[in-house]
Amino acid sequence: MSDKQISTPTIAETPEGIAGQGYFATSFEKAVGLARKNSLWPLPFATSCCGIEFMATMASHYDLARFGSERLSFSPRQSDLLMVMGTVAKKMGPVLREVYIQMAEPKWVIAVGACASSGGVFDTYSVLQGIDRVIPVDVYVPGCPPRPEQIIDGILKIQELAGNESLRRRNSIPYDELMKKYNIE
Amino acid sequence: MLASQFGNEIEEIKISSDMPVIHVQKDRIPEVLLFLRDTPELQYNFLTTLCGMHYPETSRLGVVYHLHSFVNNHRIRIKTVLSIEHPFLPTITTIWPSANWMERETYDFYGIIFEGHPNLKRILNVDEMTDFPLRKEFPLEDQTREDKDDSMFGR
Amino acid sequence: MAQGQQTDYWKRDIISHEEPKEYNILNVGPTHPATHGVFQNVMLMDGEFIVSTEQTIGYIHRAFEKIAERRPFYQITPLTDRLNYCSAPLNNMGWHMTVEKLLGIETPKRVDYLRIIIMELARIADHLICNSVIGVDSGALTGFTYLFQDREYIYEIYEEICGSRLTTNMGRIGGFERNFSEKAWYKIHHFLKTYPKKLKEFESLLSRNRIFMDRTINVGPFSADRALAYGFTGPNLRACGIDYDVRVMNPYCSYDEFDFTIPIGQNGDTYDRFMVRQEEMWQSLSIIEQAIAKLEKMEDKETYFAKDPRFVLPPKEQVYNNMEALIWHFKIVMGETDIPAGEIYHSIEAANGELGFYLVSDGGRTPSRLHFRRPCFIYYQAYPEMVTGNMLSDAVLTMSSMNVIAGELDA
Repeated sequence: MSDKQISTPTIAETPEGIAGQGYFATSFEKAVGLARKNSLWPLPFATSCCGIEFMATMASHYDLARFGSERLSFSPRQSDLLMVMGTVAKKMGPVLREVYIQMAEPKWVIAVGACASSGGVFDTYSVLQGIDRVIPVDVYVPGCPPRPEQIIDGILKIQELAGNESLRRRNSIPYDELMKKYNIE
Repeated sequence: MLASQFGNEIEEIKISSDMPVIHVQKDRIPEVLLFLRDTPELQYNFLTTLCGMHYPETSRLGVVYHLHSFVNNHRIRIKTVLSIEHPFLPTITTIWPSANWMERETYDFYGIIFEGHPNLKRILNVDEMTDFPLRKEFPLEDQTREDKDDSMFGR
Repeated sequence: MAQGQQTDYWKRDIISHEEPKEYNILNVGPTHPATHGVFQNVMLMDGEFIVSTEQTIGYIHRAFEKIAERRPFYQITPLTDRLNYCSAPLNNMGWHMTVEKLLGIETPKRVDYLRIIIMELARIADHLICNSVIGVDSGALTGFTYLFQDREYIYEIYEEICGSRLTTNMGRIGGFERNFSEKAWYKIHHFLKTYPKKLKEFESLLSRNRIFMDRTINVGPFSADRALAYGFTGPNLRACGIDYDVRVMNPYCSYDEFDFTIPIGQNGDTYDRFMVRQEEMWQSLSIIEQAIAKLEKMEDKETYFAKDPRFVLPPKEQVYNNMEALIWHFKIVMGETDIPAGEIYHSIEAANGELGFYLVSDGGRTPSRLHFRRPCFIYYQAYPEMVTGNMLSDAVLTMSSMNVIAGELDA
């Protein structure tokens, strides 16, 4: 519990810890979680209509940069969050897998839109019925297309996941089994 | 307007609802289209679109061309039929380069082989696919799903 | 000595020209920066210059033409939304007009004028994205950030009319589902008052900007007869100098009563495409103003659908009170009405060019064949010819100025 009431407006919520004159002590996990969740750099993997709603989310009206996603990186090596927006066809599946494998840990995946979550309106021979057939997904945002407020809600849920994640999760056995299920590594 | 053109008689003419329709034998297609493009009175200089058709009752495939003349502001539709066992048709990419991808799409969807096409490969579907999806007997839905309960949908 | 070796090497380079050139293969792959969509170009590069390009598309093939064979006619409207998703109402209206042409339904004038307002708003929205993305690709992100605010305003207008922002499913066969509300009119008037100033600001930012002009003039030029041979239509063709516009050649939806000019360019390069789209936005604003003036002169302010009971849903009050209306309502909603057999081709001037619908019906409740003539698919074939011999950064700008939308490319 923090002893002092912080009077100036804060940008991020302080985690639980002990505050004193000139110091603030908290657990390492919470500090790392705070840093990670407020600086998620997304990789916008925009394939179709949801990509235009993403452009609207990044623009000035529903600014996504307020939540720390200031720098969009198109290189998988430099991003934390893979945002898959739009329909993924079976031809695109291997490309998506390659991009996911190239990302460095810790990485999160958000499936934006009905098509990315489950194939959407398009129950056809050429559309992948949900990207969780090829990569593990953390948050699904339904909608066709989802409103920018819904996309931001999805990002906030990812922030919650990132902030509360244990530091050992990426090296643990359940995570390895999850990766094996998708034939990664 | 139609009566003035026919130097080649090897086709049948039928008039349909919105534009004249000409049925042509499949081997004469490039000649007829070149004639339509180059004759000064006609000048159908723009290939609007070309698409394939499947007629399951007579087990034939077909190709439909739409041409547009900017000069006379007139559109025309040209159809041919091919049999399913022998779906070969001469290409028209030498007349209009825009037919390149349109013929690839028709090959991808129906299996119609255009002789003389520079690069007849699949364009929209996965390269390894062996079937031709827009034929009527090919199913629409993804056949690998296990989570659909058919009894709920009356199938 | 190092000096001697250097001059030796230099001489060797001058004397022997048989050193073969080494080409690199660069994959401008399906995952693009700047969210243009998913298509792949494998480029053979000689340093910074492009020698040849091989294109692969189909990364978002959703089989619209096959789905359309299984859906009743009004269920195909949401499919047409997702063709060129930046200007979805244009595609919707085009589809409705195709079906009305097949069925022989004549829409009242008021419906036509309302449709024109919506179609021109959608055209403004699409050109807005294309022009701001040209700015983004050449480094000017400010235009994008400012203009997207206006696109939000257009989304609000769509919401008042049909309820959804991007994939609108707007209108019904024969008209609209509800009359435009007071709030919708207020928003349209507000848009017409505020947008011209923003457009002027955007134009002054880029159109006479020295850096932008250096980056876009003579980049990706294309001659008019090659453009015709490649099937170009729309702003790309008009930038090459040919004034082909479906609204003028084959007028539909009472466009012949409106007074507008068609902007054309000279070289067909990126700057011309940018300026043609810019000028078309001004023309669209003028068309909307004319349509509003015509609507205010009409005494009838209530009609919003055609009166054909076989295909147009009756108003709900009549369904609850009138037996006939109930029967028609049931038949239409359950999809039991049979569409007469026939085939039709109708095209509209979509934001990218001539969007055509070739509909073949054999008398059932679903089409027997529906083919979309998608402008992007046809003119994207010319891209290798436009970029060969140019530098990679010019190729990127050429692609973004052609306004290739992946949904329309693959369908």
